[in-house]
Amino acid sequence: MAELNTGDGGGKKGSGKVRSKKSGSKVDLTAMVDLAFLLITFFMLTTTLSKPQSMSLGLPDKEDKPDPKNQVKVDENRTMTILLGDNNKLVRYVGLLATPVKGGTPKDFSYGKGGIREELLLRKKLVLEYTGNKDKGMIVIIKPSKKSNYRNLVDILDEMAIVDVPTYAIVNDYTPEEKKLLEGK
Amino acid sequence: MAVKASKKAASIDMTAMCDVAFLLLTFFILTATAKIPEPLPVDTPASTVQTKLPDTDLATITVGKGKVFFDLKGREVRKRALELMGQKYQVTFTEEEAAKFALMEGIGVPITSLKQLIAMSSSDRGKANLQPGIPKDSLDNQLAQWIQNARIANHEIQDKELQIAIKGDAKEEYPAIKKVMDILQDQKINSFNLVTGLRAKDK
Repeated sequence: MAELNTGDGGGKKGSGKVRSKKSGSKVDLTAMVDLAFLLITFFMLTTTLSKPQSMSLGLPDKEDKPDPKNQVKVDENRTMTILLGDNNKLVRYVGLLATPVKGGTPKDFSYGKGGIREELLLRKKLVLEYTGNKDKGMIVIIKPSKKSNYRNLVDILDEMAIVDVPTYAIVNDYTPEEKKLLEGK
Repeated sequence: MAVKASKKAASIDMTAMCDVAFLLLTFFILTATAKIPEPLPVDTPASTVQTKLPDTDLATITVGKGKVFFDLKGREVRKRALELMGQKYQVTFTEEEAAKFALMEGIGVPITSLKQLIAMSSSDRGKANLQPGIPKDSLDNQLAQWIQNARIANHEIQDKELQIAIKGDAKEEYPAIKKVMDILQDQKINSFNLVTGLRAKDK
């Protein structure tokens, strides 16, 4: 199939025209196929990977005047509060700040595996043991400070997705104690 | 002497393989869409979430370096959104300008200088620091108007709810992102997407 039609060239000498000697009748297509597949791979990867990834985020309804009736009281033993500061600082406490649960005093953590993720997994398990109810899992309150950057926010939301925290919320209110906690020490 | 199976020819016929390879190559080249240059390049933070963004019914709000850019998918939707914005701010756009706007990338200028921006060539538009960003303060909240009109336009033409994606720079401070989220929430958009890069899970 890849033979070139060489006609009746060669052999008959002295038939008038001087022909250059024809090279082999088959063309080696290996290199061409190599190149073609390389380009295919390239285009396949670029078309599928170029679509940007996205993370969906749902926020609660914004109410100007919160209705006291709608406010749900939650067990403070189920909540963990994560404060995001500048320079990738991250402080977490479990329960209320004034009366944290056992082992839940404010502490610095790093982002990612080995840092906050281990703590989240541990606390998630402890909360489940405490409530004994699968529907009542951990609640994480994320409080990004004004100095934290967008990467911190996405990182912590990503941790929520990895650890599979059932309930989490982004809260923007800061108490003076919490501010002190982020700045101080 | 042992009987050996006759060996095949040393060279294999590659023609069919070559044909198939080039057919596929042509297909992938044709389906690949050219990347549109972004007027405000941002470094998106990475996440492990693997949801892809939709191709249509999408508005992207790019936040970076304190500026906000707005981009909308779909030519007809863009035209209609521009028309609605023109009505709101008493700026009339010609049919030609609307057609050019429909093919443009994201914009980051106040509505008053949009005409000049449309008149520029696409390479001029791509220059850094040319576009000052869309005004978003409470006195002159054009970003909110863009979002609202884009939603109306999308509803009229596609009959679907417009999805909003926020594409923020990783180093952007949180208040700038929060401002955009607040604008969205003021319009009762409580669910949106954050554009992120790809990251391995155990990192």
